[in-house]
Amino acid sequence: MKKTLTTCGYCGCGCNFYLTVDKGRICGVQPKQDHPVSLGMLCSKGWQGHGFVRHADRLTSPLVRAEDGTFSPVSWEDAYALIARRLPDVLRQHGADSFAMLSSARCTNEENYLAAKLTRSVLGSAHIDHCARL
Amino acid sequence: MAGLATAYGSGAATNSIEGIRESDVIFVLGSNTSAQHPLVYARITAAHARGAKLIVADPRITPVAALADKHLRIKTGTNLALVNALMHVILAEGLHNEAFIAERTENFAALQESLAQCTPEWAEGITGIGAEDIRQTARLYATGSSSVIIYCMGVTQHVTGTRTCAALANLTMLCGMVGRPSTGLMPLRGQNNVQGSCDMGALPETLPGYVAAGTALAEQRFAPLWGNFANTKGRKLTEIMAGMVDGSIRAAWVMGENPAQSDPDAASVMEGLGKLDFLVVQDLFLTPTARMAHVVLPAASYLEKQGTFTNTERRVQMVNEVLPPVEGSRADWQILRDAIRALGGQADYTCPEDIFEEIKKVVPSYAGMSYARIAQAQGLCWPCPTPDHPGTPVLHSTSFTRGLGLFTVNTFTLDDMGEQPCADYPYLLITGRESHQYHTGTMTRRSWALDREFPEAFLDVHPDDALALKIKENWMVTIRSRRGSITARVRISKSVQPGTVFLPFHYAESSANVLTGHHYCDPVAGIPALKMTAVAIEEKK
Ligand code: SF4
Repeated sequence: MKKTLTTCGYCGCGCNFYLTVDKGRICGVQPKQDHPVSLGMLCSKGWQGHGFVRHADRLTSPLVRAEDGTFSPVSWEDAYALIARRLPDVLRQHGADSFAMLSSARCTNEENYLAAKLTRSVLGSAHIDHCARL
Repeated sequence: MAGLATAYGSGAATNSIEGIRESDVIFVLGSNTSAQHPLVYARITAAHARGAKLIVADPRITPVAALADKHLRIKTGTNLALVNALMHVILAEGLHNEAFIAERTENFAALQESLAQCTPEWAEGITGIGAEDIRQTARLYATGSSSVIIYCMGVTQHVTGTRTCAALANLTMLCGMVGRPSTGLMPLRGQNNVQGSCDMGALPETLPGYVAAGTALAEQRFAPLWGNFANTKGRKLTEIMAGMVDGSIRAAWVMGENPAQSDPDAASVMEGLGKLDFLVVQDLFLTPTARMAHVVLPAASYLEKQGTFTNTERRVQMVNEVLPPVEGSRADWQILRDAIRALGGQADYTCPEDIFEEIKKVVPSYAGMSYARIAQAQGLCWPCPTPDHPGTPVLHSTSFTRGLGLFTVNTFTLDDMGEQPCADYPYLLITGRESHQYHTGTMTRRSWALDREFPEAFLDVHPDDALALKIKENWMVTIRSRRGSITARVRISKSVQPGTVFLPFHYAESSANVLTGHHYCDPVAGIPALKMTAVAIEEKK
């Protein structure tokens, strides 16, 4: 059994708790007693919101959509190769300004930083926003 | 949070969550706190039990409103008129803090002049709140020794959202209720890392660390690391969506969001996504948005990766890998790193900490942090500029981020009310959250214990309206707006006012955003007036 301290991913309170994992499943939640926000408390999402993590619907491979709308699995290498071919193509034709990034208020700081860097520096577009506005 | 940034120089929450416990007047606007921010609510109840006065402005009887000493049952969309009237009373009765205004602020005369007509009687006609209640609220707030204001999307998702935030900042400065513990202004963020994504420049107008796009400072700070970059102001979310429809946006990348469900006017979002020449979506599940993508990249969840989140009180905290990613999926940071490389950019990060170290070089308020310090201190509140800095739980204590606090003029006009009911669409629909579900529900609805409790959408209808509509508890109804129609089950409830109905927006089967629109938008923030939509209701045949 492995016990890991982490931050809740559901709301801006940012409670901390320990999650216990046994045989690849989360089997225990324990709020951190001395954490400045949680103080040993959690709401129902913190207690019970982790079941999604091994849900059967989780995606397990990159997918590419065919003309007829069906998806087929491809390798990560092929997915990146397709992106590296198609995306610059569109931008060459319509300008860097025709690209937009929708970043996420659920992702980490590091990931949001990379999203900004990818958009502004690598692709040369200023169109980046996230869901805080909604 | 453009309104706050203008007033203070920073749009972030000024104080800590724990500090609310010691406040003696708590003023809550447009926040269903017990559902959206349960641990903030825990502080409110603790303070209230200790004797703090609680004032809540909300059109609905939410749990926090039911607890309040004063529940101002405000007409939807009129917060700004209320706040301006509160300031009018404070000035008229001489309850303002002259010393604070003189030493810490500017532009007071303009504010004073702008409020001359905003009498409580004027506001009563607009907000539906009695003039005497407005006077009492103003006195309570102004004479408390530490008064705090807490607000959420019930304020920001209106045409007047930005102006109302700025007016609330005016109110704090007028009474000197900012820069001390247990006072200030607490905008509560909906999603867990809204603060962090703003800090990191996932915004069209600002680069990481809130450096304004288009400035020489931006060039100077980012060119050494980023080389050539788009140093201009970009489009806001609603403008991006419009661009997809009109063809000016041709390619898009969506990371962990589900705009096909979370955005207003879902039909036009689907149309826009469908027109794109190339769409990449990173997500855990094949969401309605992912189904529109040309390439879908399977992402790991926050339980399967490392990194940092910044909470609503600016506390930067560690996210740790609890279990390995589902086989075949990858962390979003890894996906983006490899995408940057594939597209010819520089990204030599071997772990999230490498990225954090780069962030520290361009975001001074994070510069003194490290993963080790964050873990050891149970999070550090920014600004934390040097390795020996303890972090800053209370902002603006000696001076504002911009120097002097700026009073702004924020006028309310009747045009600001947004979409109003009419003969064809006689009811006003308000959207919001249930306590056990989260945003569009892609995660919570797949956590069985939560979904079991609240499996489907309920439309709250006042008993008088139910009688007029000849509908009963548990019946299925069709809800129509100018943009679309959905069905939902009826729950008869006095928590809504007659003429108003409430629907949560977590459920794909009856997605409230099919009905809402962004025709009425806050002109500054581009936040659609999601809270208000005129609808018609009838029994489902
Ligand atoms: S446990 Fe509840 S209150 Fe705490 S961060 Fe998670 S969702 Fe928010």
